[in-house]
Amino acid sequence: MSKVTELLINGVKYSVDVDAGASLLSVLRDDLDLVGSKYGCGEGQCGACTVLLGGAPRRSCITPVGDAASKPITTIEGLEKDGHLHPVQQAFLDEDVMQCGYCTSGMIMTSVGLLKVHPNPTEEEIAHYLEGHICRCGTYPRIVAAVRRAAKSLQEVRS
Amino acid sequence: MNTPNDFSTQFEPERYELRAGPTYHFGLPRRDFFKFLGGGIVIFCLRDSLLAGQEAGRVHRRPDESLPQDIAAWLHVNENGEVTVCTGKVEVGQNIRTSLTQAVAEELSVAPGSIHLLMGDTDRVPFDMGTFGSRTTPTMTPQLRRAASTAREALIGLAAEAWKVDPVKLIAANGAVTDPESQRTASYAELTKGRELAKAIPAEDSLTPPAQWKVMGKPLAKVTGRDIVMGRHRYPSDIKLPGMLYGKVLRPPAFDATLTSLDAHEAEAIPGVTVVHDGNFVGIAAPNPRVAASALAALHAAWQSPPQPSSDELFEYLKKNVEQGEDHNRHVTGSMEKGLADASQRLQQTYTVAYIAHAPLEPRAAVAEWRDGKVTVWTGTQRPFGVRGELAEAFRLTEDKVRVVMPDMGSGYGGKHTGEAAVESARLAQAARQPVKLVWTREEEFTWAYFRPAGVIEISAGVASDGAITAWEFHNYNSGSAAIGTLYNIPNQLIEFHPVKSPLRQGSYRSLAAAANHFARESFMDELAHLAKMDPLDFRLKNLTDARFRDALEAAAQKFGWGKAKPQPGHGFGIAGGFDKSGYVATCAEVAVDPASRQVRVLRVVTAFDCGAVVNPDQLRNQIEGANNMGIGGALFEAIQFANGRILNPHFAQYRVPRFSDAPAIEVVLIDRKDVPSAGAGETPIVGIAPATGNAIFAATGKRLRALPMAPKGV
Repeated sequence: MSKVTELLINGVKYSVDVDAGASLLSVLRDDLDLVGSKYGCGEGQCGACTVLLGGAPRRSCITPVGDAASKPITTIEGLEKDGHLHPVQQAFLDEDVMQCGYCTSGMIMTSVGLLKVHPNPTEEEIAHYLEGHICRCGTYPRIVAAVRRAAKSLQEVRS
Repeated sequence: MNTPNDFSTQFEPERYELRAGPTYHFGLPRRDFFKFLGGGIVIFCLRDSLLAGQEAGRVHRRPDESLPQDIAAWLHVNENGEVTVCTGKVEVGQNIRTSLTQAVAEELSVAPGSIHLLMGDTDRVPFDMGTFGSRTTPTMTPQLRRAASTAREALIGLAAEAWKVDPVKLIAANGAVTDPESQRTASYAELTKGRELAKAIPAEDSLTPPAQWKVMGKPLAKVTGRDIVMGRHRYPSDIKLPGMLYGKVLRPPAFDATLTSLDAHEAEAIPGVTVVHDGNFVGIAAPNPRVAASALAALHAAWQSPPQPSSDELFEYLKKNVEQGEDHNRHVTGSMEKGLADASQRLQQTYTVAYIAHAPLEPRAAVAEWRDGKVTVWTGTQRPFGVRGELAEAFRLTEDKVRVVMPDMGSGYGGKHTGEAAVESARLAQAARQPVKLVWTREEEFTWAYFRPAGVIEISAGVASDGAITAWEFHNYNSGSAAIGTLYNIPNQLIEFHPVKSPLRQGSYRSLAAAANHFARESFMDELAHLAKMDPLDFRLKNLTDARFRDALEAAAQKFGWGKAKPQPGHGFGIAGGFDKSGYVATCAEVAVDPASRQVRVLRVVTAFDCGAVVNPDQLRNQIEGANNMGIGGALFEAIQFANGRILNPHFAQYRVPRFSDAPAIEVVLIDRKDVPSAGAGETPIVGIAPATGNAIFAATGKRLRALPMAPKGV
């Protein structure tokens, strides 16, 4: 099997030595200790492992690392810039979303991806876009509210 | 606090997975304590029994003896004015790290940011049974408030001594003691400098009354929120140690299977792989998870398992396998014969509840490390000391040779009382002579954890012509006795819990059997109301004098607009309520049934909740919203299917849990009873949603659904 030797994650080049078929999530967590992306199911069913690949949300648990080698990867660890949280991160704090928080990084990554392509989604559109994510604590209404809040604050930044 | 009608405590405890806790022997000498924490002031919370002994003057301790043995928690103010609180309670998403911080901030008059809670580390915190039963708020919160209040008085005492003034003239505020007369101020840091003062909470203490709370009773954001949104918080499955290996366990194809042969040659030939074979346990330790997975696949094992029942025959099985009943599982008032004779109408129904999975998003995970004959395990559990006992038993160690550390974990819902992954990772680490991490797969979590008990509930009752319930007979088979009693005023009652030899491994689940018993009771109440041709709310109120339960029902009904608007075609309204763990809840739901697909959707929910004085209204709302959303799963579609010792749906693709599209609009009414001690809130708000939804489905369709889940494939 072919090997992957370099990954571009959060703007930083990382040297690795892994089979191209290994899951991106395992490489992030176990080889690089970037553990903000979570294992929830390993089957692409819960969304806890979501990262941005070339700017689009992807389930890292079912993404072979070989598919990620040619594109920039953004994980939850890479959203904050110079001490400033990304507006989606800030909105999750402002809406006080979290109970256990284990689903949070995946929810945030998909929401960041959503707002890139759809800057002003309705509550229904947010719920639809996040349908592949599970929050077992059931904080769904707060997550929707947080994404709405983030959309508003991003629009304020733009205008 | 139990109401006169709450006799559930006399019933058999249903925490099937719990074993008797280990005897606690805490013997840290005073000197070591300050060496570990640094100088300052330490306040000990004694266990209630010891506190009682102290009141009676029985506890005498010379200075410099080892610390009191039976400590529930302690609080330390160090020489920088930072506060460390040590408690055996753990954070699993119920946000007690935040509410306990508020309790300390309130009584000690410091900023929440200067308080750090050290939780669930068995070498660092006093023994605690575990975090379950909504006990943290009613028990640990007052303990820590008393400790904080004692610390505040001690700090005032130090200032009074230094300034030679009467301590009652001094004020503690914002982390400092001030003398209003002389305008002198000393920060807690200044006051504790060079001190090593240890004190137990006095029997007499003064706590701030809820009406004067400044920090408690108000929202405070989750204290670890920033770490979580940045991906920086380390959950148990995120722990990494130098030189750590990755573990895998070979699972049998069925429950109760026996290993008959194992060929491990191929796996053992893989470089860096250790194979452990010890009785029925077969596991792998390998340098990385990929190698561990290949090695696992290279094992060739044969198993033998006995024939076992399937979910198709579950409810007949439960009725046929009742274990010998005991008197304490039976409650009788009056005479059923007389009650039924007084009735003008009688009704009998049977309800069932399926096994369901907790499915916490973080599966079981553990990292184990052996050093000098002592094992340390980082793991996700609601009972760190229980897991310490499991490890001590499994490895024949004394408990001082076992340390369990519990980082705030990815939830539990009652499903992580046990230490399977901890024991497995410790066995692998012992053999490999290196630390080993083991994270269960989702399939393992669905299969090898334990389940919310299934059950059969039979109810019969009689109603007089005026709508008064005259007789009530209630039998619960297997699901449990929590909230089995009724708060409705019924003169003649027979209530019995029947333990059953469960075909699956079962254990606690959020609210225990309160959800099942409320589903049956409140669905049946709805059926009785229709039989009596009364509005379901009026019928409940007619049979109810408990003021707090009435208030909850009326508050929910009012917010929902019960009795005002009519549902549109295909929609229905339902109401249900109850009492458990000192909390009163009432839930109204509106459902819509799709005319084509017959799928049920819960559109709107109002829950009114009274858990005494509210500690943190925003976190409380979050718990109530979450409980409703989680409860929709068990109400409508969650069920474990099994056959012959195998779980047939151990994946999220097959076991449907509530998702965004299932979440209704939820309104919460908090009944803030400042005159009543605060009760826990993690569990009871879940009990109303299933019966309210079922009653709403009946209102929409005329169809009465008596089995949980009610509509996995629609109505």
